[in-house]
Amino acid sequence: MSSTTIEIISRSKYYNWLVKNLFSSWVNTILTVIALIFVYQVGSFFLNWAIFDADFRYNFQGELIIDRGFCSKNIMPGEYGACWAIIFARWNQFMYGLYPIEEAWRVNLIYALLPLAIIGILFDKIPFRRYFIYFTFIFPFLAYFMLYGGPGLSVVGTNKWGGLLVTLFLGVTGIGLAFPLSILLALGRRSKMPIIKSLCVVFIEFIRGVPLITLLFTANVMLPLFLPDGVNPDNLLRALVAVTLFQSAYMAEAIRGGLQAIPRGQVEAAQSLGLSYWQTTRKIVLPQALKIAIPPIVNTCIGLFKDTSLVLIIGLFDLLGIGRAALADMTWTKLYYEVYVFISLVFFIFCFGMSRYSLYLEKKLKTDNS
Amino acid sequence: MQTNFFRKIIFDEKSRSLLIQTLVIGLFALFIYLITQQTAYNLEKRGISSGFDFLHISAGYDISIRLIPFTSEDTHLRAYFVGLLNTLMIAVCGCFLATIIGFLVGIIRLSSNWLFRNIAYVYVEFTRNVPVLVQIILYYSILLNLPKIKQAIVIFDNFYLTNRGFFSPSPIFKDGFSIVAWSLVIAIIFAFFLKRFLKKKQEESGKQYPTFMINSAIIIFTPIIFYYIMGMPLEFDSPVLKGFNFKGGMVIRPEFLGMLFGLSIYTAAFISETVRSGIISVSKGQREASQALGLKSNFIMRLIIIPQALRVIIPPLTSQYLNLTKNSSLGIAIGYADLVHGFGGISLNQTGRAIEIMMMVMLTYLTISLTISFFMNLYNKSVQFKGNA
Repeated sequence: MSSTTIEIISRSKYYNWLVKNLFSSWVNTILTVIALIFVYQVGSFFLNWAIFDADFRYNFQGELIIDRGFCSKNIMPGEYGACWAIIFARWNQFMYGLYPIEEAWRVNLIYALLPLAIIGILFDKIPFRRYFIYFTFIFPFLAYFMLYGGPGLSVVGTNKWGGLLVTLFLGVTGIGLAFPLSILLALGRRSKMPIIKSLCVVFIEFIRGVPLITLLFTANVMLPLFLPDGVNPDNLLRALVAVTLFQSAYMAEAIRGGLQAIPRGQVEAAQSLGLSYWQTTRKIVLPQALKIAIPPIVNTCIGLFKDTSLVLIIGLFDLLGIGRAALADMTWTKLYYEVYVFISLVFFIFCFGMSRYSLYLEKKLKTDNS
Repeated sequence: MQTNFFRKIIFDEKSRSLLIQTLVIGLFALFIYLITQQTAYNLEKRGISSGFDFLHISAGYDISIRLIPFTSEDTHLRAYFVGLLNTLMIAVCGCFLATIIGFLVGIIRLSSNWLFRNIAYVYVEFTRNVPVLVQIILYYSILLNLPKIKQAIVIFDNFYLTNRGFFSPSPIFKDGFSIVAWSLVIAIIFAFFLKRFLKKKQEESGKQYPTFMINSAIIIFTPIIFYYIMGMPLEFDSPVLKGFNFKGGMVIRPEFLGMLFGLSIYTAAFISETVRSGIISVSKGQREASQALGLKSNFIMRLIIIPQALRVIIPPLTSQYLNLTKNSSLGIAIGYADLVHGFGGISLNQTGRAIEIMMMVMLTYLTISLTISFFMNLYNKSVQFKGNA
């Protein structure tokens, strides 16, 4: 081996990495160059638009932007990029909707407590997990009291709720309510009783066969027709009913996958020990099945979280609805990209986080079983 | 005696399950009965009539995107079919485009080039973690921000990109064009049989034939020859700017394009993941064995990898097609005249027959979903392992 070869090999591991991953052949080198140009073009365009040439709260003359006429890009067209001032100006609406701003601390408190309420479910090796789980069960009542109001707090009707509050409310409550329902449906679908089984199959397949938007429409238009006079749920509750039913069908299928993965021997062993159906289900089958089913369940939750944006179509003001309302305002109209990119980013952060969590679980499951 | 009877019901599995099921069906029947009673009462009180007679009265609104003729005098039933066709059109086009993009991205994600595969990764993560509705609205607003008709972006002289859609020349078929079309059909059938014949010969003799080249030549040149024989029976009507709009040609509206881009870019991200995991699932030994046999790399892909990967890909691909079809109902947000927007939206508001209309819409989607799963299951069976039965 000549000294130059040794030098090349020892030059650095970065060099080897580059050769292997980017310049292994002529074709690869050309592809790399094309990709570099593409990344540079798209990246520089987007970064310039979104950050370097953009307005945040003040325009290039240093004035506070109070309507779109103040945006640098409207004063000097072609020179400047995004005008994020619309997000700052509408921040409260994006976060709370029309929630009275002097009461917004209640929403903030719930936002702050939400991670504490779900951390106990998400991770099983945190200290004091048991207390976190207790808190998880208290949280819905606390949240209802804080958000809606009651003794000692002024009542804020759900028609005033909006933005991220509605998105999170529908997502979290929908998932929370759908979870027990979906376990029943999944068990029912695997039941030996033909009537219960067929009811569950028809329900699940019907819900999975139609678009969410038709369910939302049905809940919105037809729920009042189905119910007696005095009972008239408001729009948010109607949407919640549709979202919960929808999510429960999808979650039930994810759980059924987990149930199917449990070997028959487990059930037979439990039965031979004299455990009843519910004891077997609760103590033997479900703990194992749910563990396997968590990654697909999380995936359905990501789907549901994204689908909450559909409530815009039945006139609720979720994140997207607030964005469209902001664009309909004459003082801010035409800043489409800023609003939609911002909304996309918010959804991305939540959904990407959830999908990372699901990946983490899958990896953990693999190592647990081996 | 009596205690025995109860004991039997509670502790005997058969009679207990019978009891539970009777109870459930009883409760279910009661539930249905109460709801229908209440609904009938509510409908009567609000003076809403019911029935399907509204289908035959004129709709009174226009639908801008349509595959079959429709005017505001036509009936609601016809509006239903216009909407249904539009739903099917966007679903078919969307699935087609999503499959192409999805397979491409899925293969790129397995590329040995680090930069390439990470560009694909970024694409997948960004598109599948943003709601499809947000994407549809975003792409639609980009399309609406294209130049006005007067400053249209001109592509190849005859194609115009504007904020009112994509204008292109429309073909005019003259006498004799049907013969050209038929010649194409016959050429394809002929090529199909030729392929089988040549494959059989190859199996007998071991000699390889350039089947693909021969068949491509047949399929491409037959219609061209007939086209000239029949005296070029095809002309194009180009769009011409007159006043404030284009005359002639045809237009693809931004609503359609927005839906198409939104649905296919979103779904393609999911399809690419299934394609990637499908290809990964084919064990490394398969590739190595075929290399050892001396197969060329494109043969390895076509004959060894893809047929095995398809077994893993088809089931999740089916559910992606179903999702895309159901998501096509989001057209209402940007005014794409699909089933939910026209029939389920405007007709519902005009006639007030919420129950009938929503029932029809839901059953239609259910039928479409079941049909897609049925055919994809057939296809799935045809690619699964054979001979293990």
